[in-house]
Amino acid sequence: MQKIFDTEIMSNFEVAEKIFRLEVYSPELAAISRAGQFVQVKVADEFTLRRPLGIASTKNDTIKIFYRVVGKGTQALSKKNFGELLNILGPIGNGFNTDVGGKILLVGGGMGLAPLLCAAEKFNSVDVLIGGKTADEVSFWCDEFAEDVDEIFITTDDGSLGEKGFVTNFLPEVLLVENYSAIFTCGPEIMMRGVALEARAHNLPCFVSFEKRMACGLGACLSCSIDTTRGRKKVCKDGPVFDALDVF
Amino acid sequence: MSELLKTEICGIKMNTPVLAASGTFGFGEEFENFIDLQKLGGVMVKCITLKPRAGNVGVRITETPGGMLNCIGLENPGVEKFLAEILPRIKNKMNVIVNISGSSVEDYGELAKILDVDGVAAIELNISCPNVKDGGIIFGTDPKAAAAVTAAAKKMTGKPVIVKLSPNVTDVTEIARAVEAAGADIISLINTLMGMEININTWQPTLGNITGGLSGGAIKPVALRMVWQVAQAVGVPIIGMGGIRSASDAVEFLLAGASAVAIGTANFSDPTVTEKIADGLENYLQGRGLENVNEIIGKVK
Repeated sequence: MQKIFDTEIMSNFEVAEKIFRLEVYSPELAAISRAGQFVQVKVADEFTLRRPLGIASTKNDTIKIFYRVVGKGTQALSKKNFGELLNILGPIGNGFNTDVGGKILLVGGGMGLAPLLCAAEKFNSVDVLIGGKTADEVSFWCDEFAEDVDEIFITTDDGSLGEKGFVTNFLPEVLLVENYSAIFTCGPEIMMRGVALEARAHNLPCFVSFEKRMACGLGACLSCSIDTTRGRKKVCKDGPVFDALDVF
Repeated sequence: MSELLKTEICGIKMNTPVLAASGTFGFGEEFENFIDLQKLGGVMVKCITLKPRAGNVGVRITETPGGMLNCIGLENPGVEKFLAEILPRIKNKMNVIVNISGSSVEDYGELAKILDVDGVAAIELNISCPNVKDGGIIFGTDPKAAAAVTAAAKKMTGKPVIVKLSPNVTDVTEIARAVEAAGADIISLINTLMGMEININTWQPTLGNITGGLSGGAIKPVALRMVWQVAQAVGVPIIGMGGIRSASDAVEFLLAGASAVAIGTANFSDPTVTEKIADGLENYLQGRGLENVNEIIGKVK
């Protein structure tokens, strides 16, 4: 059940340009959170809205979060120090389908890799395909995933690490390597759409995790509504994870 | 429940004078994990229209200094589904106040009639939504149209009719007097102030609907001023809202002449804020040696 937690910041530092890794201590929240769920972080009273951020790990009674500094809220969050309290509402959303067995391929771009990192931690057998603009943007992700995945595939837009191009260019090759049971994907919508189409062509179940602006995170404000084949759905409450067949 | 906060407005018995404002609280049940819904005077549920609405496309919210802009566009499942699926679930948990909007005077009458059922405590006429082209605010900015909508709803229901006013007018008291004369039982105000934001990187408006409604702490002084003005102009009870975030904000609205208050945007950052405000209000009254909240209503000197 969702609750409001006052958590203690264990660490909060920049791991790549404008990308921060935040760890907060909260045994209860860590115990009840699943891969693919997210939290609503209250940065400070001056901000009217909380910031929805994906849960990247629940190891060691700690919630790990990655965020990119894009505006005043994330800027203020990046200034917070070890030992400060952070008010967090969560866990929110459905998370990835835990019934999926076999080997899973995670495909992510940018900050979309955060919830996939939690999936790598919680699911037994996974590979990850990581995409980013430059080596700087993806190399820390490789370090994060190393412990929990069998294989790491990498693409960068400029070719500075791994294959040059987008994850969607390289995905067909990855799918030749292994007989995956499903794909979990999170990142820019255009990327997820391409991944979903490729999965469909291979008859692979594909689950996509959406990101939308939201205010409450509780299904009340309707900021994050989307159309699906099953009617209007709220990303915060009915998602953020959807079957790709329902949304693309 | 404390006797200090108990109140009754037009026959609606309220455990506290703290309500949840429409559009910020879903159908109330979204908040039951966080608060005791019985501690609210009522929940003004998400606006209901005759037919289901998908709302506006594109970006629907953006944070602003001290507040936020929204252009949801009255997304709702329609009155039929509300009555069949939602009302039975929520009617015993809270005073259900149904906010309604239509694209014609007749729509408001029809909705009022359909909603004249057990489990509905009152009807709130939304004549002030700035985010839809085919209704809402066009009735709220013209005294004659506002009166016509009010009269149409009053004729069709035995429930108390609340009329929710728009701040996007030159003289809010003119509209308030018109709806009172047309039979409004209660006036609620304010709805959001129309606003806008432009992304300087793309040169495009942030919101999909270009403009949106401004809410949150930033609008509180405007809301308070309008509640005070309307309280001077009409005799019917007022439910004051607009940027209330704390018990002290709520006290200001009560002193200005509101008989109750509704909390909106503040629910987003703290889903327990309504209960905190009710508790804080109780402490305030106790601290002043007062016996009931009614003793401070309209007492601004």
